Amino acid sequence: MKDLVIIGGGPAGMSAAIAAYESGLRDILILERDEHLGGILQQCIHNGFGLHKFGEELTGPEYAWKYEKKIIDLGIEYKLNTMVLSVSENKVVTATNSTDGIFQIKAKAIILAMGCRERSKGALNIAGSRPAGIFSAGTAQKYVNMKGYLPGKNIVILGSGDIGLIMARRMTLEGAKVHAVCELMPYSGGLARNIEQCLNDFGIPLKLSHTIIQIHGKDRVEGVTIAEVDGNRKPIPGTEEYIACDTILFSVGLIPENELSQSANVSLSRITNGAVVDQDRQTSVEGVFACGNVLHVHDLVDYVSDEAEIAGKAAVEYINKNTDAELQIVLKTDGKIRYTVPQVITKKKDVAVYFRVSNIYKNVVIKVTDGDKLILSKKKIKVAPGEMESVALKKEMLENVKELCFSLEEV
Amino acid sequence: MYDVTVIGAGVVGGLVARELSRYKLKICILEAENDVAMGATKANSAIVHAGFDAKEGSLKALLNVRGCEMMEELCNELGVRYSNNGSMVVAFNDEERETLQMLLQRGIANNVPDLRIVEKEELHKMEPKLSEDVICALLAPSAGIVCPYGLAISAVGNAMDNGAELRCNFKVNAIEKTENGYTVSSESGSVTTKYVINCAGMNSDIVAQMVGDNSFNIHARRGEYILLDRESDKLVNHTIFRTPSKMGKGILITPTVHENLLLGPTSFDISDKEDKDTTAAGFAAIIKSTNESTKFIPFHTTITSFCGLRSVGSTGDFIINSPVKGFINAAGIESPGLTSSPAIAEYIAEMLREDGLEMIPDPAFNPTRKSYDAFRNASEEEKNRIIKENPAYGKIVCRCEGVTEGEIIEAIHRNPQPRDLDGVKRRTRAQMGRCQGGFCGPYVVELLSKELGIPYESVTKFGRKSVINFEKTKGGQSE
Repeated sequence: MKDLVIIGGGPAGMSAAIAAYESGLRDILILERDEHLGGILQQCIHNGFGLHKFGEELTGPEYAWKYEKKIIDLGIEYKLNTMVLSVSENKVVTATNSTDGIFQIKAKAIILAMGCRERSKGALNIAGSRPAGIFSAGTAQKYVNMKGYLPGKNIVILGSGDIGLIMARRMTLEGAKVHAVCELMPYSGGLARNIEQCLNDFGIPLKLSHTIIQIHGKDRVEGVTIAEVDGNRKPIPGTEEYIACDTILFSVGLIPENELSQSANVSLSRITNGAVVDQDRQTSVEGVFACGNVLHVHDLVDYVSDEAEIAGKAAVEYINKNTDAELQIVLKTDGKIRYTVPQVITKKKDVAVYFRVSNIYKNVVIKVTDGDKLILSKKKIKVAPGEMESVALKKEMLENVKELCFSLEEV
Repeated sequence: MYDVTVIGAGVVGGLVARELSRYKLKICILEAENDVAMGATKANSAIVHAGFDAKEGSLKALLNVRGCEMMEELCNELGVRYSNNGSMVVAFNDEERETLQMLLQRGIANNVPDLRIVEKEELHKMEPKLSEDVICALLAPSAGIVCPYGLAISAVGNAMDNGAELRCNFKVNAIEKTENGYTVSSESGSVTTKYVINCAGMNSDIVAQMVGDNSFNIHARRGEYILLDRESDKLVNHTIFRTPSKMGKGILITPTVHENLLLGPTSFDISDKEDKDTTAAGFAAIIKSTNESTKFIPFHTTITSFCGLRSVGSTGDFIINSPVKGFINAAGIESPGLTSSPAIAEYIAEMLREDGLEMIPDPAFNPTRKSYDAFRNASEEEKNRIIKENPAYGKIVCRCEGVTEGEIIEAIHRNPQPRDLDGVKRRTRAQMGRCQGGFCGPYVVELLSKELGIPYESVTKFGRKSVINFEKTKGGQSE
């Protein structure tokens, strides 16, 4: 029996553990499947982490170490190389590792912090052959940064997600030639700063509204045929172009890894692919919380840490039985705003609501309304799907509110 | 000198070698690729057909029904996944219903057990997610599903455990008659043998021509597939066929023995015997057909798509004969080849016996083999005992399919040894899941490098020139 079991020792899990400790809880256990804490940050050796949280530019491992050191200093218990096999609705965690074998732990509260995985090439139904030389961007990153091997020399990247942009630069620095980054959408899903620093600074072309329509090569990739796509994302005949290359990297989206959440019967959102949560990041299963990229994919680790602190504190409140719902406000969106986290508010307190938009919009007003009543509005010069937005709701605003609708109006 | 040399380590070659390893015979298996099961065996519908498709009196009909009958026990012996899930051919109109009647009659003539036509009400109770437009179906309870590459790997492995030898990367380029047999050569060497069994799949016509048999040729028929992730809520339990047409059995929907959902194949004749490209038209055809058969296909859970090539013979039937003394063809083994493979092996053993090969049962022959799934299938208590003995079984390497380091290392050292990433995938399922090796791929490369004692950068995806990494990075070189 444990008070709190945290599944995942990446930035979310570590931050949640520290927040729980600082809220007075001591009986905490982190279960981490990899051989070190820090999760995917360990292979992100570029800088840019921690600007919001620490006011300085850190590399991934440096950012992770700030938390890892604290975990060690505080004496928070963790198990490495430990894979959780299932989580039951009554909060029994089944896991395995080399020293304990297969074991069960009953927890008073659980925080899900398993992160996300990359959408693979296989999910896309791209025509052509299946040679060696096709990697998701994160896998290539692991080969280069963790294993010290170069998986490609002449590269085409499909998808302009942040990992793809980072890897365009990384492979270039290792002496490889990145011929193009193709993006199906008319805009990039990555951060503006990454397009500037990882592509433009190195003269790597970003081909918007382009996709790979055919992969060539029997043993190793020999080339790709790319084409421009129309408004329905269908290739336009006559725009085909062959690019010789030996490697294709895919950076075509991240998927929260919620297989364990499903085993615990946690309700998932079809939009975020993560749990439906309240302001405390509590899921539909009482005492089970979720935070970080397993809940929804973030662009910045700083926000992952913030979110995990909320979950960590709330888990302690739950264990101390201060959890009675005071209200039930459902948060809705208009489609231009794709989703919000949280999706429900159950307590009268200040709540920061995070959201993403479904397209690029300029000169917009973000409105939060309850029926005809305007609760809050916020102007933005530009919003993009690749950059998460937020609004701060004050607890006074939640008085007598049943439903909050988040909408976006172009001015 | 070998008694028997089998050319081709697909499911047919593997089972022929395994069948012959029951006897005191010196057996050699020659494979052109880096691993066994690399041709049609690794990319097909994985169906154990009941046997109502093939024409009465054909070898296909005879061997299909017999193979279907043998499959379950064989899979039990070899530790291969098999499930007797039954199949249905669905009809959308009266014309198709007539075809079902014809298939029913043919099935009865072929001695297929328990065939019957199921009407709409009962049908939709059995398979509630079938389209409302389906009016009836031909139900074949004896049909099943199997892991085809698992069957070939385990057949070769069992033959090797019983003394057979395997040579990979041995692409046969000449067969010469000798006084009491043949010399079979490749760029890398040659073997001498009394008998040659030609199980060379797509290239079996070329191999036959090496002994002067020009009586048939083989062409490639492309079959594309889409594979979906495991779902808690299964779409169908039976294998669902469309009513067949001239071009074959059409696009099916089937659960796999690994609980995935498999959709396909397309059917398109091509001239290049190595062209395994998928096509946009193929994907569209699969999506259209499967959407007609059922109410909802969860395409958003697609994990991968692939293409297999059927070896279509010019005679219309399996080509199993002996054109010259000491040389036997098992060619043109297209569908229902997988189902028929155990019966083909039995049939060829009988041909050898009739030809005068002395076949003395080997008392040491062990027909059984530990399954690659042994650890996965063990009780929790048993797993903990194994982990205590060997901690590598406590470490999960492939998170999507739950494969441990211990299982991967064990597989690397078992017959037939995998030498590349795809070989490990087919034996253990590591990299077979929803992330397609994104997470575990680099670690499997490391395990192959360590266990085989080869440099990290020399590990390939599937042999040939399919390298994964080119060289060390600048930083990696200084280490």
